[in-house]
Amino acid sequence: MKFNKAIVAMILAIVMVVGMACAAMAEDALKIGVIGPFTGAAAIYGNACKFGAQVAAEQINAQGGMQIELLNEDDEHDAEKSINAYNTVLDNGAQMIAGTTTTTPCIAVGAQANEDRVFMLTPSASAVDVIEGKDNVFQVCFTDPNQGKASAAYINEKGLATKIAIIYNNADAYSTGIYQTFVDEATSLNMEIVSTTTFTDDTTDFSVQVSDAKDAGADLVFLPIYYTPASMILQTAKSMDYAPVFFGVDGMDGILTMEGFDTSLAEGVFMLTPFSADAEDEATKAFVARYQEITGEIPNQFAADCYDAVYALYTASVNAGIDGSTSPEDACELLIAQFTSPDFQIKGLTGDMTWDASGAVTKLPTAVVIKDGAYVGFNG
Amino acid sequence: MVSFLRFLINGISLGSVYAIIALGYTMVYGIAKMLNFAHGDVIMVGAYVAFCAMSYLSLPPLVAVLCAMVVCTVLGVLIEGLAYRPLREATKLAVLITAIGVSYLLQNTALLIWTANPKVFPSVFSVGSIKLFDGNLVITSEIILTIVANIVIMIALTLFTGRTKMGKAMRAVSEDRGAAELMGINVNRTISVTFAIGSALAAIAGVLLCSSYPTLMPTTGSMPGIKAFTAAVFGGIGSIPGAMLGGLLLGVIEILGKAYISTELGDAIVFAVLIIVLLFKPAGLLGKPVHEKV
Repeated sequence: MKFNKAIVAMILAIVMVVGMACAAMAEDALKIGVIGPFTGAAAIYGNACKFGAQVAAEQINAQGGMQIELLNEDDEHDAEKSINAYNTVLDNGAQMIAGTTTTTPCIAVGAQANEDRVFMLTPSASAVDVIEGKDNVFQVCFTDPNQGKASAAYINEKGLATKIAIIYNNADAYSTGIYQTFVDEATSLNMEIVSTTTFTDDTTDFSVQVSDAKDAGADLVFLPIYYTPASMILQTAKSMDYAPVFFGVDGMDGILTMEGFDTSLAEGVFMLTPFSADAEDEATKAFVARYQEITGEIPNQFAADCYDAVYALYTASVNAGIDGSTSPEDACELLIAQFTSPDFQIKGLTGDMTWDASGAVTKLPTAVVIKDGAYVGFNG
Repeated sequence: MVSFLRFLINGISLGSVYAIIALGYTMVYGIAKMLNFAHGDVIMVGAYVAFCAMSYLSLPPLVAVLCAMVVCTVLGVLIEGLAYRPLREATKLAVLITAIGVSYLLQNTALLIWTANPKVFPSVFSVGSIKLFDGNLVITSEIILTIVANIVIMIALTLFTGRTKMGKAMRAVSEDRGAAELMGINVNRTISVTFAIGSALAAIAGVLLCSSYPTLMPTTGSMPGIKAFTAAVFGGIGSIPGAMLGGLLLGVIEILGKAYISTELGDAIVFAVLIIVLLFKPAGLLGKPVHEKV
């Protein structure tokens, strides 16, 4: 028994020394926890986020001034592991969280962080549940239903359509939510919706939905749905010689990488996305160049979202006078005040962002269009 | 009017796929007196095999279909031999639960092998289309192929069960298994052959289904399977022309219901019609009423 106590005492001593050493080493650096799936099926998102954040941290630290340190932790897109990852980064001194990347873990971690009073800015977890009822959780990406509003505003602004058809999945909260906000915004903008049809997860035949849009003379079909049914709709439209503009939201992302998909079907399809890697501004160019150096890949919207998240956290911290010695609880209240203040605006890669108390972001929507099997920015 | 024709043709095309799947249900039910709920998943396996043969081995479409038929036939006979035959004397409920178990086994195995990422079935049978009424009515080659395949299979099956020795054995087993056994018919072999034919048809149905509706996932077979089962009951389970009629009607009702009533209620309409038909004709449209003798 004595022996055990000795071991425990020794371990505690070591932990304390190491902990103090760590704290001493990076006294001034702001410590941001980055949590996402770096391995497993959703690794593509987590890694994009990790490297996007890394680029942001490198740029910030190269400017001099307050330094930042990123504490990366893998959650394998699993809610329980994400809580563990969250506890790990806090134990390692994180003062705020840029994460988590994916929705389901983010809902779990958000609840915990709300209890602990730790500030979270998720780059890409887009469900309403992520922010609802939590004053300390904010989003860089559009909340799912807000994509509908943003899409309608975009279509209207760019004059993409005179008559709009909508095909959505009425058995799916994501699709129905986007549909609802789209219709509300379109109605208030006096846009003409000529056909609205639905399907469910079990639907195999889309001929009725596409026929309805065609017969109503729609020149744009809005698809607030995932890419699997979207691919069937594109195929059906082709077999009917119907070629309107198809406009999708982030669920459309992935259609080009479906095995066996004839990418010519998706030619000219629009997709609402906050980021396009071929934008011409300096910030995007620098970001894409450095990201490619690190990973050898073109950054996707997750990388850009995470880059913006780190910049937003850094800027807010500087504004609020948070430094490496501020406790997570104090930082949380200061950051909430910053993010909800009307003067706080971030010029990010994904647009000029402001936040309200709900935690949802407001920014201008942009879209990409598919050309020759790749996403291209649309400048219409 | 043109759009009505278009919906009708799409309905017949969808119904033809249902009909071919329904044949598998109805044959197995008619002869083995069991509901093979794994039938929809055999379709999915057939479609995956054809997909792999075409995409990975670059085999010509007809060879790919043959491969799928062979694999599904073997699979069907294996399932029957391993899962259903030991339960031949067990209660019907036990067999039914086993069939549902086999269905999940097939789906999850497919999930392991081919993952959940959807695959797009190559449009190999797409060789152009017929355009009528200034392009307002487009009939694709897939639709024509599906309808033709449906008619050919129907005729072939009717001839098979009516004219051949094995067909007669099937009908005999279907009428009275005990008596057929006493007359020297090998019941187990007859049931195996039934499963073999049903599964080969499932492979064809899988390829046709995915040619018209090209997304292929491990759950691809389940909803068409349930619809086809409905079609079989609708037409009178156990009856081959009944399965055909039930499938076609179901497809047409589904499409017309969606087109003229509501896309949201499409499936509800289908099942409402089923309930009404069964209320008035409990044995289905072409089913033989069974008189229980006390």
